[in-house]
Amino acid sequence: MSVASYSYTIQPRKVRQEFVRLFPISLFVVAFGAAFGLAATQKGLLPLEALLMSTAVFAGASQFAATDMWGSEVSVLPLIAVVFAINSRHLLMGASLYPMLKDVAPAKRYGLLLLLTDANWAVSAQDYQNGKRNLEVILGGGLVLWMAWLVGTWLGVYFGGLLQNPKSLGLDMVLGCFLLAMALGGKKSPRVLVAWTVAALASLAAWKWLPPNTHVVVGALAGGVIGYFWLDKKPVSAAAEGEAA
Amino acid sequence: MTIETTTAGVLALIAIMTIVTLATRFGGVFVMSFVRISPRIESFINTMASSVLIAIVVPMAFAGDLGAIAALSVTTVTMLALRKPLPAIAAGIAAAGIVRYLI
Repeated sequence: MSVASYSYTIQPRKVRQEFVRLFPISLFVVAFGAAFGLAATQKGLLPLEALLMSTAVFAGASQFAATDMWGSEVSVLPLIAVVFAINSRHLLMGASLYPMLKDVAPAKRYGLLLLLTDANWAVSAQDYQNGKRNLEVILGGGLVLWMAWLVGTWLGVYFGGLLQNPKSLGLDMVLGCFLLAMALGGKKSPRVLVAWTVAALASLAAWKWLPPNTHVVVGALAGGVIGYFWLDKKPVSAAAEGEAA
Repeated sequence: MTIETTTAGVLALIAIMTIVTLATRFGGVFVMSFVRISPRIESFINTMASSVLIAIVVPMAFAGDLGAIAALSVTTVTMLALRKPLPAIAAGIAAAGIVRYLI
């Protein structure tokens, strides 16, 4: 591939805007992080170990699950299986950004993906559905979310007692409400609604009958199959590609 | 195979988790770089993207308590009425807190 084909330029000004845009949601991520820090120390991780895990792994649900398996010894294969299953949604999230990421040089492309997480991905994916190419939110939004996750973990390991029961404040629902709001803010055509119904039913069936943590990938792929066989008459991408070129 | 949670052991466990998570962050994009993006693949990707959200949220509602259901319902109604995410999320979280306080 020639250098000229990497047509997407990350705009620093927009990165800063997206950092600010995701600041409110990152305040809730601080609370999440605090809950993780508390849980981790209660399971016997040292403060620095919990902080290192949050810094390097940066995937909340899988970190919670890992600390649930913590003890004087940890079985490696179950740990790998659980972390992979919970985080496998990243595979699909990354793939869905590929139409934009292919226009970024590989080093930057994989650099951006270091910061890929649910909230910044949801914003980028929603913008893309609306014909806007926004990789800046992966970088700017990812940075603010990552920092919030670290600050939260730090608060949790040292001052965990302050937030004994985040559930009573509804804080466990932050991500669910956020992702739902993103989905509902997107384009709703009959095709999308059918895909959502299929995704909902498939994810519920997987949740009920398949191994734990497989439901997101199963539901999302089932929804995608609808898109594969039922094409929009005028694909959104045509407009988006034209605008960027 | 097990690893003892000594300092070195914990570092190894964190390293393993990091590598597995990185593989999920990179893997989808890496595989896509070998796929030619036809309109059909593009349509698959786009529908799959919003389906990821649904597949996370719907089982969350079914697995959750009344507070979780209240949060997601209130977010839905507020979002459809106002079309603004932040009030919708705030209302949803408040609903969960209120319902759990009352029950």
